[in-house]
Amino acid sequence: MTSLPQGTGKKLGLVIDLDTCVGCQACATSCKEWNTGGYSAPLTDQDPYGPDPHGAWLNRIHAYEAGEGAAGRTVHFPRSCLHCEEPDCVTVCPTGASYKRAEDGIVLVNPETCIGCKLCSWACPYGAREYDEADGVMKKCTLCVDRIYNQNLSAEDRVPACVRACPTGARHFGDIGDPASGVSKLVAERGGYGLLPEFGYKPVNRYLPPRPKSPGQALSSAGQAAEAAPLAPSPTADLFFRWADRVLSR
Amino acid sequence: MHPAYSVIFFTCASGAGYGLLIWLALLGAAGQVEPERWLGAVGFGLAFGLITLGLLSSTFHLGHPERAWRAFSQWRSSWLSREGVMAVITYAPAGLAAIGWVAFETSGGLWGLAALLAAACALLTVYCTGMIYASLRTIPQWHNPLVTPLYLVLGLMTGALLANALLHAFGRPLAGLSWLTIGLLVIGLALKTAYWRTMSRTGKTYSAGDATGLGRYGKVRPLDPPHTQPNYVQREMGFHVARKHAQKLRKLAVLLGFLAPLICTALAFSPIPGLGVTATIAAVVFAGAGMALERWLFFAQAQHLVTLYYGAETA
Repeated sequence: MTSLPQGTGKKLGLVIDLDTCVGCQACATSCKEWNTGGYSAPLTDQDPYGPDPHGAWLNRIHAYEAGEGAAGRTVHFPRSCLHCEEPDCVTVCPTGASYKRAEDGIVLVNPETCIGCKLCSWACPYGAREYDEADGVMKKCTLCVDRIYNQNLSAEDRVPACVRACPTGARHFGDIGDPASGVSKLVAERGGYGLLPEFGYKPVNRYLPPRPKSPGQALSSAGQAAEAAPLAPSPTADLFFRWADRVLSR
Repeated sequence: MHPAYSVIFFTCASGAGYGLLIWLALLGAAGQVEPERWLGAVGFGLAFGLITLGLLSSTFHLGHPERAWRAFSQWRSSWLSREGVMAVITYAPAGLAAIGWVAFETSGGLWGLAALLAAACALLTVYCTGMIYASLRTIPQWHNPLVTPLYLVLGLMTGALLANALLHAFGRPLAGLSWLTIGLLVIGLALKTAYWRTMSRTGKTYSAGDATGLGRYGKVRPLDPPHTQPNYVQREMGFHVARKHAQKLRKLAVLLGFLAPLICTALAFSPIPGLGVTATIAAVVFAGAGMALERWLFFAQAQHLVTLYYGAETA
């Protein structure tokens, strides 16, 4: 049923630390690997070895530059389904294939009933839903619903594949609706935020902003130039290196 | 947004088909047109043909067309589902009205009631089509109060052009219908122009900084895309026609979709034998090309919010 549940028992989601993410793509590849054999398998690629390789991925890692000069920063930005509390992608679905689970808030697509009309991908502002060309249905993050409750896995593996794979501990999984949970405390402590809140989709996933730079790092452009000056090669050193280059090039 | 040809054909054809159905039903029920058998057969046949072809073509872009029947289930929340349900419901009263007209050559009494019901259902179906687009908050150019009225007026307008050509072809031109057609062409053009004007007016736009929440550090620029080749989201949502071309195409859409049919419809008032039929059919042909272009632009000029994550500066 594509009508939304009246609140959900839990609000399971991810908290992603943009301060520690290094953009290594481990979460993306781990996600692809698990989910091509998991709940919404297969997760196909087209032309994988040709000139135009593309396919369905449930987690994509962008890198952005924000700000200018010394105050600017590079931010690695993982983007996947935010499991919104009021997801339009669910309500626009004409077949009932898209649904939000009342028990934990996970947004899922039933691959047996999806007709592949793609309207849900139009309704999602976050680009979380991708069409699988070979399978003819929509694919999206399942929050690894086939891992987190899986009694066949050891306890430490009962988290989404992306969280398990992250080498820097930048990804956290838990109940964001419970103020006492570890993820909720992390969000409160670090000022975690949701994406495009003014649209009212109420995304559950939270992003932890990059920490402020330490005083030594946060240099103005002038300060940077002054500090950088001693590191620049002196004319004498420059002459030496040029001589060495000539000698070694013989 | 990527302009899928099946969806362009679907919205144009079914819009015109429902429009023709509405005018035939209303003119018959009001006693303005004699319910003659062959006129009914061709008229309702054309309307049903356009509607059915449109609906069929809309299933071509589905990943699983064989599951399309499932789309009738979620009318409580989904405009797409509501459109499907209304499209099917419309066939019942419309079929009855057509039977009355073709089999019994009557459009009065209960047959007339069926016709009125068919017109109302057809109007609701086109309304649902418009709402599918207008309800998407992710695409500011579609989430616009003029979008649904435009779908309704353009459907009624192309339907009136078809009905007018049909009555001329059967040698029973109706001056009132010609004036109605001209009126709808003027309203359609005015609405479309107003829509384009509101589109270019800069309302609240969003930046990559808003989308990522990183705007607090300054201007946000993409450094590395997630993958080497464009993905589904970029292919489906990233299509955007160049502004320079859009201006030219808009002029062409106005010329073909509104001005040429207007001139042709006016020409059909001339008493010169044969001109009425030729001119009203030409009006339909021009309008068909114009509407296809207008619908293509409706998609190609729509920018989805998700493009902000993939390098668009504003949306």
